[in-house]
Amino acid sequence: MTDPQRRIRVLVAKPGLDGHDRGAKVIASSFRDAGFEVIYTGLHQTPEMIVSAAVQEDVDVVAMSVLSGAHMTLFPRVRVLLDEAGADHVLVTGGGIIPESDMEALEALGIGRLFGPGTRTTDAIAYVKDWIAHQRTQ
Amino acid sequence: MSTDLPTRFRDGKVPALARAISITEDQRDGFEELLHELLRAGPQAKRVGLTGPPGAGKSSLLALVANAYRALDERVGIVAVDPTSPYSGGALLGDRIRMNDLATDPGIFIRSMASRGSLGGLATTTKEVLDVMDAFGFERILVETVGVGQTELEITAAADTVVVVLVPESGDAVQAMKAGLMEIADIFVVNKADRPGAGRLAKEIRQALHLRAGEALHDVPAHHGVDLQNVPLELRPESSGDSERWEIPVLETNALDGAGIPDLVAAIGDHRAWLEGSGELAARRRHRTRGRVQDVVQREMRRVAWASDEVRRSLDEGVRGIERGEGTPYSVARDLLALLLR
Ligand SMILES: Nc1nc2c(ncn2[C@@H]2O[C@H](COP(=O)(O)OP(=O)(O)O)[C@@H](O)[C@H]2O)c(=O)[nH]1
Ligand SMILES: [Mg+2]
Repeated sequence: MTDPQRRIRVLVAKPGLDGHDRGAKVIASSFRDAGFEVIYTGLHQTPEMIVSAAVQEDVDVVAMSVLSGAHMTLFPRVRVLLDEAGADHVLVTGGGIIPESDMEALEALGIGRLFGPGTRTTDAIAYVKDWIAHQRTQ
Repeated sequence: MSTDLPTRFRDGKVPALARAISITEDQRDGFEELLHELLRAGPQAKRVGLTGPPGAGKSSLLALVANAYRALDERVGIVAVDPTSPYSGGALLGDRIRMNDLATDPGIFIRSMASRGSLGGLATTTKEVLDVMDAFGFERILVETVGVGQTELEITAAADTVVVVLVPESGDAVQAMKAGLMEIADIFVVNKADRPGAGRLAKEIRQALHLRAGEALHDVPAHHGVDLQNVPLELRPESSGDSERWEIPVLETNALDGAGIPDLVAAIGDHRAWLEGSGELAARRRHRTRGRVQDVVQREMRRVAWASDEVRRSLDEGVRGIERGEGTPYSVARDLLALLLR
């Protein structure tokens, strides 16, 4: 059952110490233009901050932009903390400079699709919409 | 939806609060029964609203004020409403950017809301979401809404104390008066006091407030010709009502270095004391409760009106009739109402 009132809520998060939030901002505004309600929390988010915000905001999706190379620790950490907080229904996805083999390894740990540099935002939007549609018909 | 949501809510589980808010915000099936179950205790929290133009520093101020209440060991619930994009129906909610210091404090709960097609600065369900947060047990609830012109007025229906935040860039006091801000503000804040023009704006607002309060009469050389009917109560001879009136303070703040925040917190406290002492709090709450009942009735009537196939069919037929020249929207509406009230 899809309820027209029920919007897709996405937390766009920028973890880590690097100060590059261009990618995060681009995806945040594309998500808004796709009709999602996007919560953007700014730079330098710790996994604890991300999970706390995700729980309070009751989001469907956490989308992280990771450019620092720390994706192998950050994505699984957020996944684990979400599960511990009882938010195992939340999709963790994102993008950054992530080698194909790492993407596969992360997928095995319960992370959703990850998008490399040069991905079209429409692909990410379609992915999230499909995932939600699948979730909500269950 | 989990069946034991009310139980987990009453046990103080944050995910249950978050979910109860979503159910309310989306008006999902059964949300009114849920609210009925959760809201038995009635309003307890001290509710403070901040409104003003985008970029005035509301979120930054709110974070500082929330910190001050945390220092007093109050648990603080925050709702920040931002506009929905009229083109996509989506929204970019960025208020948390200014509240990162509060992000992992278990005594703080922050929820971002999109206005979702409501014209006022509040989403249609914001008031109900505040009720849900109140029921969860926060001692203090802070709500931020974007106000442009008339849309601020809605916030008076949601908060006990309304703080209107302006900045030197928002223009002069005359504009604030035109926008109706004088009527809704319990406290005025001129933020960005580090910028030129802040002191002047604060002074202008004070003058405008004094004019409105009729204090200019002090300057009138003689009393003749003054119709006492139009003179505010406290200026009439033998009036003792002076202490009953709330004197709207105009404060200057700087959210970057925190200057003026203690004064703001003190003013909110003074206003609280006045609300409680004067009976105004009970009056505002009664007004709010009344409005809530009316909201629910209106929402349900709208739903019922178009829920039956018969009514929708009659509407279609009526419209075709109008096209054939066999009626007007008024005659068709009359027939539909007759059908509904039958
Ligand atoms: N110079 C100056 N800038 C401020 C002050 N308060 C907030 N800002 C800045 O104004 C911008 C908007 O602030 P924000 O709190 O998001 O405003 P809001 O849209 O009203 O919630 C941010 O860049 C803040 O850092 C202040 O007192 N002085
Ligand atoms: Mg804001």
